[in-house]
Parts: sequence; C-alpha cells; structure tokens
Amino acid sequence: MKLIVEKIGKNFGEKKILRDISFELSPGKSAAIVGPNGSGKTTLVRIICGLIRPSAGKVKYIEGNKQIVTQEFYKAIGLVGPYLELYEELTARENLMFFAKMKRVSNISDKISSLMERLNLTGQEDDQVRTYSSGMCQRLKYVFALIGDPKILILDEPTSNLDSDGIDRVYDIMNEQKKNNILLIATNNQMDLQYGDFQIEVTS
Amino acid sequence: MEIFRLKLLHDAWLIFQKDIRQEFKTRYSLNAIFLFALVTLVAVSFSIGTFTASADIKSALLWIIIFFSAMSGLSHIFVREEEKHTADTLKLVAQPTGIFLGKFLFNLFLLFVLELIIVPLYFAVMNFEVSGVAVFISVLLLGSLGLSAGATMTAAIISKASAKGALFAVLSFPILLPVIVAGINGTKIAVKQVAFAEAGSELQMLFAYSVVVITAAILLFDFVWNE
Repeated sequence: MKLIVEKIGKNFGEKKILRDISFELSPGKSAAIVGPNGSGKTTLVRIICGLIRPSAGKVKYIEGNKQIVTQEFYKAIGLVGPYLELYEELTARENLMFFAKMKRVSNISDKISSLMERLNLTGQEDDQVRTYSSGMCQRLKYVFALIGDPKILILDEPTSNLDSDGIDRVYDIMNEQKKNNILLIATNNQMDLQYGDFQIEVTS
Repeated sequence: MEIFRLKLLHDAWLIFQKDIRQEFKTRYSLNAIFLFALVTLVAVSFSIGTFTASADIKSALLWIIIFFSAMSGLSHIFVREEEKHTADTLKLVAQPTGIFLGKFLFNLFLLFVLELIIVPLYFAVMNFEVSGVAVFISVLLLGSLGLSAGATMTAAIISKASAKGALFAVLSFPILLPVIVAGINGTKIAVKQVAFAEAGSELQMLFAYSVVVITAAILLFDFVWNE
C-alpha cells in the first residue's frame, strides 16, 4: 500500500493552516511531521486519516494500481492521537472486541491478549477504561491502533503520557512498523524524530 | 453491492450492541427519558384531572408526553460521542451509514422501551381507553419509527453545536410535526374505531414519513457526520 498526499491545503474560515503539502510514502518508509505548536501537524494527520476534509488537494491510498475508497482505507490505518478516546464506561476488552469486530479482525481474543501483553497491560483487560491512568490509556490506544495489523501507522505525539517502559515499547512498535509497512509520526520530540526517514515541515 | 449491504448491517448491529452495553452501564438516556416521562405524566394527570378531558385531548397529551420524553433523551446518542471525544474513534472504524443505522436502531429501541412502560401507565392514570387496540399499536410503532429516524438525524446535526439541548427540541419539532399530528389523529381514530381501514391514511402517512426520512438520512448522513 502506498500513501500519496497531494498539495494539501486547509483553511479554517479566513485562516490558512496548511498550504501545498505533498509527499509520498511506500512500505518500509517512514516520515515525521514537524512544526511549532499550532502549525497544523494534527490537522494534517486528521486530513490524512480522513477525519476532516481538506480545503485543497487530495490524499490517496494506492493498493497495487488501484486507489482505495474511504471505507476501505480506514481498515488499513492505525491511528494514535491525543484527540482519540476509547469508551470509558466499557472495559478495555469490550472496547477492543467492538473495534476488532468492526475491523473484521480474526482470532480476536488471541490478538487482544498478545497486544495487551506487548503494551504491558495484561491483567487489566476487564477494568473499565475510566479507571486507567493517562499512561495506561495511551498504551491502550496503541492496542486499538494495532489490532487490525495496520499497513499505515500514524502516531500523533507518540510518546506523550508514557513512562520510560512505555516509551521503549512504543519505539519497538515503531521499529517493527518501519520494516514492512508505513509509519508516519507527528512530533517535536527529538527522540521520536529519529524514527522518521525524512521530515515534513509544516508552518502556519 | 450485496456484500456492502451486509457490511452496513453488520456495522449497524455492532454499534447498536455497543450503545446498549454503554447505556445499561450509565443509564444516561434511560434515566433522562423515564424521569421526564414520569414527571410529565404525573403533572398532566394532576392538571387535567382523571375524568374531565375528552378522548381527543387525551390522545394529544399522550403524544406530547412521548415527544418531549424522546426530546430529553434521544439526542444523547451523538452528543455523548462528541463530548467524550469518541466520535473520531468511531469514524475510524465505521462507515457513516452504518453509524446512522446503528444509532437509529438504538433510539428506536429506547423509544419502544419508554412506550412499553409509559403507555400502560398513561392508560391507567388517565383512564384512557382505545377500541382498536391493533390500530393503536400500529400507530404507536410507526410513530416511533418516524420519531426515532427524525430525532437521530437531528441529534447528529446538533451534536457539534454548543447549545445542544435547546437546539435539539427546536430543530426536531418542525421535522417531527407530521409524525405528531398523524400519531394524534391515528390515536383518536383508534379510540373510536376497530377497523384498520379507518386509520388507513394516518398509517400510510406515518409509514411514508419513516421511509422518506430514513432514506434522506442515509443519503445525507455522510455530510452531517464528516463536516
């Protein structure tokens, strides 16, 4: 799968947030979106994921020679971001079962167990998400993002709220994702930036 | 095309199940709807008195109670997703039409549960009787279908606004007015008549309204949800 971002622009009323952002990513490649606070990093991520529409330009997901339609590329994306929340009234398992079924994941129980172990959340599957700390919530968001084996993993502020153990685990995930799939990170953290093959600078 | 339809129904069913599970853990909408319905019923019965109101007025009051009770709870389905910041998470896994159908099913279920409790109570408290029980039930079911469809679409529209509560009732009223009017007329007929043919135009109206609103919502929901 290939990600092509073509001349993306975004205006909020009169205010121009993004202008002419273009880049391409193919499997085995990664990139880091950088820019000062308020420059539009998150807006760009949300456009790439299809959460908001751009004012100009296009985002294309190409599989083979065909462009994938919106409904299909959601399945190929794993997103972690501070604006994404899971259902706090439900347990972690209930959340993950729901999202995995929506993404048509097979062997759901095994997958949940292995990902929860990978993020060091084993034993907390049946706790309500509202009882999780912010760091645990961030780890759970990774389980949510990875449950469909995403071909494109997009991480907005990937290490926020995480302790050193959590950061190490996230870096492992990023390294693995880079090998065969696409990794896109939006960050200003110098440690995170080394996981991007190149940088995409956004300035408002 | 067939697979697409099945996927939509699959998504809708999973979202419905998720909402039911969430609702029974929080009772956010259930409490709002039932408490409102109960308080309104008690207020109406005290204000009108048991035997002073005609059957026509009682038919109208029943639908007013159902309408305002629905207004107090049916918007939560989308408001909760926006306020808890889970709307984006849901967008990442579901197609807009599947989301609408799932939320519509949930609101329909909520309205049926409300009516299952409030209608017998209303009959008992207001000394209300209908001759055509089958006609009355048909009017109630089709009316609920229309109310849920209209309210679900309006809830999606207002979920991003700041004055959600006031906007929901204000925006819903003109959209749902045909359902209320046909519901009241259908109930008035059910009080006096047993034959379905007598309420034919009201039942047709309620059915047609539901089909039109559900179809329009399926076509337009993508724009409402993603803008």
